[in-house]
Amino acid sequence: MRLETEINGKPVAAEVEPRTLLVEFLRDQCRLTGTHVGCDTSQCGACVVHLDGVAVKSCALLALQSQGRKVTTIEGLAEGGTLHPMQQAFHEHHALQCGFCTPGMIMSALDMVARHAGDLDEHTVREELEGNICRCTGYENIVRAILDAAETMRP
Amino acid sequence: MNKFDYACPTSLAETLGLLRERDEPMLLAGGQTLVPTMKQGLAAPDLLIDLNGVSELMELAVSDGGVRVGAMCRHAAVAASPVVRDNVPGLADLAAMIGDAQVRNRGTIGGSVANNDPAADYPAALLALDATIRTDRREIGADAFFVDLFETALEPDEMIRDVVFPSCRSCGYVKFRQPASRFAIVGVFVARHRHGVRVAVTGAGTAGVFRWTEAEAALDARFAGDAVAGLELDPEQMLSDIHAGGAYRANLVRVLTGRLVETLGADSRHPLA
Repeated sequence: MRLETEINGKPVAAEVEPRTLLVEFLRDQCRLTGTHVGCDTSQCGACVVHLDGVAVKSCALLALQSQGRKVTTIEGLAEGGTLHPMQQAFHEHHALQCGFCTPGMIMSALDMVARHAGDLDEHTVREELEGNICRCTGYENIVRAILDAAETMRP
Repeated sequence: MNKFDYACPTSLAETLGLLRERDEPMLLAGGQTLVPTMKQGLAAPDLLIDLNGVSELMELAVSDGGVRVGAMCRHAAVAASPVVRDNVPGLADLAAMIGDAQVRNRGTIGGSVANNDPAADYPAALLALDATIRTDRREIGADAFFVDLFETALEPDEMIRDVVFPSCRSCGYVKFRQPASRFAIVGVFVARHRHGVRVAVTGAGTAGVFRWTEAEAALDARFAGDAVAGLELDPEQMLSDIHAGGAYRANLVRVLTGRLVETLGADSRHPLA
């Protein structure tokens, strides 16, 4: 079927099978491999992207469900060579160990900051990270980075 | 995943037409259960009807003496809704406890209720709040709706339009999670209606969600946490697995119900409606 969507600000048109998952479309057809497949059972959050600005697990969505909508992946955050403040905070706080969960963590963190409008505390961040699993268990610096970026991004 | 045809209708009428066109169609709501189930090959529709374009299923509004929640209202929307918060605060609290943030951004009340997973949260709210499930052809009271594990009173080609909750300002939900999956090992919803208390339990019963009528009677007589302390649930009627045996679940139901009643009794946010 014909899919017309927008990915990271650019219009994309492609033929996809109905059974193609959004994450498969992003990785295999668009070659946007920053979005990861961790568990493939929609628990780990490595595949989180934004659909119309809202964090979703792209392994539990069909590619066709992005029809006419806007998808943002980790590749769509930096502007040229300038990292997004959330990416910069992850860099500065060394909020990663193996890095596999990082793209999903960052996409979830942005959704979290948007929903809590500059009113995040450590407890809330930890609760909100329920859908993102870091198997290196490197949560300490992830939480620090999100809190720091939330301050930087405060309007 | 098996192959299937895909349709994305924009109206209820179009959806119902599609639903009667094929042998094995399925409705895709939030997809947080159905898509993983299809990936495992445990569901194989010949036509997948995506409801995400049917705006008439997404309304959330005050309705006579209560709140009407469209089948496609997402958990995040119910959790954040001032209308739900004002009229049925326990329902907003429950919606905020479902799954994780990403699941709440997609998952819907209609999908959860139609699936009737024995560990799902919403069925407990519908049952305790005495909600009405309105379909394309009739209204079904929650007591008659939840039949057995993953089984409801819905006909194969019937679909949920919305769920109507009567206002109930003194109500709440408490959940004891399985630490890894975060699903309810036991979830208890208590609602204090004008005509009496209703207590519904999810995660625990061998036939899925159920009303604990003995606790309701005890709480009607005296609304206090220790009113249920002497009651017994039959461990044989409780689910039993590697995470929690039947006797453990039976005890959890009693303990959680008592704690929730204490909270509701003390919480000034929950005056008796």
